[in-house]
Amino acid sequence: MSAQPRSLFEKVWAAHAVRTLANGQTQLLIGTHLIHEVTSPQAFGMLRDLGLQVAFPHRTFATVDHIVPTNELVEPYRDPLAQAMMDELRKNCAQFGVTFFDRASGKQGIVHIVGPEQGITQPGTTIACGDSHTSTHGAFGAIAFGIGTSQVRDVLATQTMALGALKVRRIEVNGKLRPGVYAKDVILHIIRQLGVNGGTGFAYEYAGSTFDAFSMEERMTVCNMSIEGGARVGYVNPDETTFAYLKGRPYSPTGDAWDAAVARWRSFASDPGCRYDDVVRIDAADIAPSVTWGINPGQGIAITENIPSPETAATDDDRAGIIEALAYMKLPAGQPIKGTKINVAFLGSCTNGRLSDFQEVAKYIQGRKVAPGVRAIAVPGSQIVALQCEKLGLDKILAEAGFEWRAAGCSMCLAMNPDKLIGDELCASSSNRNFKGRQGSVTGRTVLMSPVMVAAAAVTGVVADAREVFAVN
Amino acid sequence: MALAKITSVTGRGVYVPGNDIDTDRIIPARFMKCVTFDGLGEFLFHDVRHTPEGAPTGHPIDQPAHKGASILLSGANFGCGSSREHAPQAIHKAGFRAVIAENFAEIFFGNSTTLGIPCVNAAREDIARVAAAIERDPSLEITVDVAALEVRFGADSIKITQRESARDALVNGRWDAIGDLIDGLPAVHATAARLPYLATA
Repeated sequence: MSAQPRSLFEKVWAAHAVRTLANGQTQLLIGTHLIHEVTSPQAFGMLRDLGLQVAFPHRTFATVDHIVPTNELVEPYRDPLAQAMMDELRKNCAQFGVTFFDRASGKQGIVHIVGPEQGITQPGTTIACGDSHTSTHGAFGAIAFGIGTSQVRDVLATQTMALGALKVRRIEVNGKLRPGVYAKDVILHIIRQLGVNGGTGFAYEYAGSTFDAFSMEERMTVCNMSIEGGARVGYVNPDETTFAYLKGRPYSPTGDAWDAAVARWRSFASDPGCRYDDVVRIDAADIAPSVTWGINPGQGIAITENIPSPETAATDDDRAGIIEALAYMKLPAGQPIKGTKINVAFLGSCTNGRLSDFQEVAKYIQGRKVAPGVRAIAVPGSQIVALQCEKLGLDKILAEAGFEWRAAGCSMCLAMNPDKLIGDELCASSSNRNFKGRQGSVTGRTVLMSPVMVAAAAVTGVVADAREVFAVN
Repeated sequence: MALAKITSVTGRGVYVPGNDIDTDRIIPARFMKCVTFDGLGEFLFHDVRHTPEGAPTGHPIDQPAHKGASILLSGANFGCGSSREHAPQAIHKAGFRAVIAENFAEIFFGNSTTLGIPCVNAAREDIARVAAAIERDPSLEITVDVAALEVRFGADSIKITQRESARDALVNGRWDAIGDLIDGLPAVHATAARLPYLATA
């Protein structure tokens, strides 16, 4: 065996490299292919046009998430375009022999929540999905790529795609997070520090004692937003936390195969002393509850900071960026972000739509009420998350507080469904993108934050410091 | 199926200024409620080309002088955000055959290359020079020479760069990898056989 210490990325890449293509790229085997209704129909259409089959149908898994209405369970949906996409996916899965976690299965949900909870997402594997938040699966020590539709076609037809290797940047966060600081704040802090395109060409390896102590759900929140920092791939080395999460899941190995799998998974973790293209170290104590004030996820500040001012910008680019963002966000330069009036509170998404997110919110919001005039929705990331929450009565606590409890889906994260902002409403959102128009209104405004910060905004009606609102210390 | 060798693209240019132009801006999500890519071209940059009430905003690509332009110029981190291939599809269907920017987001770059749209990098001041020349004469013919890694316009030219694997794929007519990937299927099965999690049982 190779004596040279290697990173997880290098090991997984080597295990899945089929051959080198004429242009120098690698034909990389993609062990697990996840698909959904928005980016797959054209790919199946291309397969039909080319007369091709799905090469490894047992390694492709489908679900429906982007367009699915969260307040409408009976088909046909009121939106005929949404129904057409649903029908198309159903037809494609049946025709090509692909497993479909349809709503009737009880396992439907956001693709990045379904893969892990089914045990499909495993360490040392390669995963692709026609969705940029596929990086989420890296939390398990998988190398997971967001891809376009032509590559969905490639993976369907050959279970491979053409790719160049990435550089690896180790991002080490050490220490204990301060009270009221969450995984979401860690990734917002990282993106603010390294920039929205700082990760271009890199895979991010998240490590350090903060990540060691994180649950799988916290690791997923961070890996999920790697792409918002420009990194197509983000991962955490597999450890006992990873294995404990996977034990007993529907697609996890069992019996002797389980022990063999754990030994194999463990072997993929980065070797001590392996080479990294870059290393960044962050002290967990420096991370504060964070919110965005602008139109990309790198435009974030601590809740205690003031909204940036064009006059204090470090570069011309920053100045232009601040001017454009503040004009769109209708926020005053140099003033505190705290106290900014909100209209909508959104809990959910592939970033923060898991059981622990709702548990944490329920803990603080119990007995409190959503402020008058605020529209608040809580959208579980999957049917299983919904069921888990309902068993614990979290849905009741949230509903009691004034949140509408919805069915599983992407909902207002990207508003390809009836959940949308109206006009220039400002949304306190636990999702991942604050791009112009992202939440379904061309003038809608998004402020990204952790779920507990969303809860604090919901009950006060303004962007607030959850530590003060809920007396966290 | 033989692919065209894309060694250069010649046409008129249009400059869309700005950094971090994300794929939601290029094609808003509501236009992705479709099962084909047909018709996406008209929705390119829709929400910056129109006011919320639907009136035209005078976006550069709607300027009469730029009608029919086939080369798009922009700033840094072009195409960031979502992996939607709908973005380069919309650019292509709106008639653009090459994009010049300071740099590109990773997934967008790969998606565009696979469609045979060269995305080439140029220095900011060089992009400004081309943009100024277009401003002076919108009918100016611009050539993005992928093989020679330069952009020529009038008597002037600028240097460009492009990731070698993409340049090689474009100029040698192998930018859509599907044929090569299919040729590799026997080797794919051999690799798969070494990975326990790919076993069927």
